[in-house]
Amino acid sequence: MNGRWLLFLAAGSLLSQDVTFDRILHARDEPQNWLTYSGTVLGQRYSPLAQITPANVKNLELQWVFQARSLEKFEATPLVVDGVLYTVQAPNDVVALDAVTGRIFWTYPYNNAREAHACCGNVNRGLAILGDTLYMGTLDAHLIALDAKTGRPIWNVKVANASENYSITHAPLVVKDKVILGAAGGDLGIRGFVAAFDAATGKEIWRFHTIPGPGEPGHETWKDESWKKGGASIWNTGSYDAETNLTFWGTGNPQPDWDGRNRPGDNLYSDSVLALDADTGKLKWFYQFTPHDEVDYDSTQVAVLADMEWKGQPRKVMLWANRNGLMYVLDRVTGQFLFGKPFVDVNWMSGFDEKGRPMRVPGKVPTPEGSLVKPTVLGATNWYPPSYSPRTGLFYVSSWENTGTIATEGGRPKGTGNTPMAAATLGTNLKTEEEGYGAVRAFDPKTGERKWEFKMNDITWAGVLTTASDLLFSGGREGYFFALNARSGELLWKAALGGQVNSGPMSYSVNGKQYVAVCAGNALFTFALR
Amino acid sequence: MKNLVSACVLLLAASALKAQHSYTAADVEDGARVYQANCSVCHGPEGDLVTGVNFSRGQFLSVMSDEDLQRVILKGIPGTPMPAATFPEFMGFPVMAYVRSMSAPGQRTLPDGDPARGKLVFEGKGECLSCHRVGRDGSRMGPDLTDIGGLRRGVQLERALLDAARAPSPEYRSVRVVTKDGKEYKGRLLNLDTFTVQMLDSGERLRSFSKTDLREVSVITTSGMPSYKDKLSTQELADLVSYMAALKGTGTK
Repeated sequence: MNGRWLLFLAAGSLLSQDVTFDRILHARDEPQNWLTYSGTVLGQRYSPLAQITPANVKNLELQWVFQARSLEKFEATPLVVDGVLYTVQAPNDVVALDAVTGRIFWTYPYNNAREAHACCGNVNRGLAILGDTLYMGTLDAHLIALDAKTGRPIWNVKVANASENYSITHAPLVVKDKVILGAAGGDLGIRGFVAAFDAATGKEIWRFHTIPGPGEPGHETWKDESWKKGGASIWNTGSYDAETNLTFWGTGNPQPDWDGRNRPGDNLYSDSVLALDADTGKLKWFYQFTPHDEVDYDSTQVAVLADMEWKGQPRKVMLWANRNGLMYVLDRVTGQFLFGKPFVDVNWMSGFDEKGRPMRVPGKVPTPEGSLVKPTVLGATNWYPPSYSPRTGLFYVSSWENTGTIATEGGRPKGTGNTPMAAATLGTNLKTEEEGYGAVRAFDPKTGERKWEFKMNDITWAGVLTTASDLLFSGGREGYFFALNARSGELLWKAALGGQVNSGPMSYSVNGKQYVAVCAGNALFTFALR
Repeated sequence: MKNLVSACVLLLAASALKAQHSYTAADVEDGARVYQANCSVCHGPEGDLVTGVNFSRGQFLSVMSDEDLQRVILKGIPGTPMPAATFPEFMGFPVMAYVRSMSAPGQRTLPDGDPARGKLVFEGKGECLSCHRVGRDGSRMGPDLTDIGGLRRGVQLERALLDAARAPSPEYRSVRVVTKDGKEYKGRLLNLDTFTVQMLDSGERLRSFSKTDLREVSVITTSGMPSYKDKLSTQELADLVSYMAALKGTGTK
């Protein structure tokens, strides 16, 4: 082999294959790739690609479909690295595909332990990558490292006990040389945590318990032994701010979900955002969205990080549309509450005190008979990822308008309308607007003002993607995947995919051709211009 | 109106039940749904198909208290065909409430009727087939009544005929659309999404519309079911109920 050929090989492997953390940090500089769950560590789900435009989006056509060998909901966002697409066939089979043709390079099948279970579907939302290694959290609460070239397992560590109701459903987040993730099971009596593992060896570096133990600040917000099974789980991917070295994670509901009688107090750090030092896991600040939650308002949304002009000053903020119906802007350096505002009809709170604590409306608590709470248990939004476009400056949220009653444990929570959990296959929608509907809504994060909405007849469990050509892609329970004008909300294109869209769309390009991919039903669909 | 009906049911439930606990109308209603889906197959709609047990008469084998009853509902009786419940534990209470409500006195107001005469009322004066279907006869717009006698108690059939109709369940809602060129279609709503509408139209054709071709779409959430209180005599009503109670499938399955 001559020297030039060797040099070419070496350059190729360095430039196009090794996903360094520096590449992940500057993922926006290589828009052809999609290197993290939300595209970048900022959680914006914004693609700098602009080949598909409002003018030509009508020419989108199907390129290929990957039909998963799984009947579970397909919630994963794929990663794309230099023409290779990696995704997860639920619960935990990893697949590497040619991003142009959809042909399979390799499949890594994973058998979960028998005790593996999750409350709401044996799902997985995706992978992380560092170097040439993929990382996946599993339903039986393991973290697995795989060779991205072959799918061969490199290491496998137990993160928590599946037999104690721990499971992992979200994509991990890589920060520097660590893989960070947490565990779900907040409805089943776990004690939540965020933990970091050495990417090379799988050795645990730090673990932050989302419910403080005896002697730790915040422990007093739990009564007796309630903290031990108090929930505050992690089931969505966090974000990272390099300048402050903080990683941000949203926590789930306190447990029991609908009966707070045995856990009086704020129940820290449930329903909160935690700002943790990425090197040590030490808590820098937190903000609790819903103190003493009794409605299951998981705050397991993606923390969206943006830099914007705030009252005449540049400010590093965090945007958060919460399951509890309120949209928040926080200073992500200090955790300072800048403002919060309902983005759907909200009746459980009437405003904020000067510290940003919500003021409760009396009576909006569970009763044996049930009381009407807005938004309902399944939320004003949920885990499905929102989007922020630095071009339009707007924050895009898949939202629900509906109501439901909430009853104490043993009572019977009831929706007034037909507002079901997500499923893979299509159902029929027979409800009226009064009984609830879904919408993609665009907000000006500086004021909370709604700029436009795209209303759907049925509710939605689909995330939102925006692009540098001011396109917005989303979908819903009706099985449509559609493109809107991100500035006006105007419908520009749609396709009926025949299964519910339970994922966040993403975009990538190979050889100069832009693709948009989304999961619906049990399949992954990719589109490009004809 | 819905509130008034609820209030009546509540009154009925409250006055009729010698409650050890208080059951609400909502409990009884929730319990009825679970009973129909889970218990009716063996016990029958009147609760009288298992030897030695008759819910309509408050007759049980071993149950004494509400707690006993709830336990049996949830855990079953080992060594007998009575299985443990497959529905959530919190539904034990409403099912118990419903079973108790079945023996509450004073619910039936009609005398016994004659099924053969009832069939004539059903197909004639009552015009029931204009909305409902029995076997291969009648309309597909309203609920199919082929098996109604196996699904509902006599007292429930009676209330359905006498009381003003409540909102239909979503699968029996009607929809009306007007096309941009002015044509109107009405029918049973099958699906309504952001871009399209599907219906079984009044001519019983399956139709699908793109909303871009429509001027108007309206979902009708009120029921077309009339009250027969003043339309039929007491005897006709009694006959009608006894006919419907005898509808337990036509063997076409």
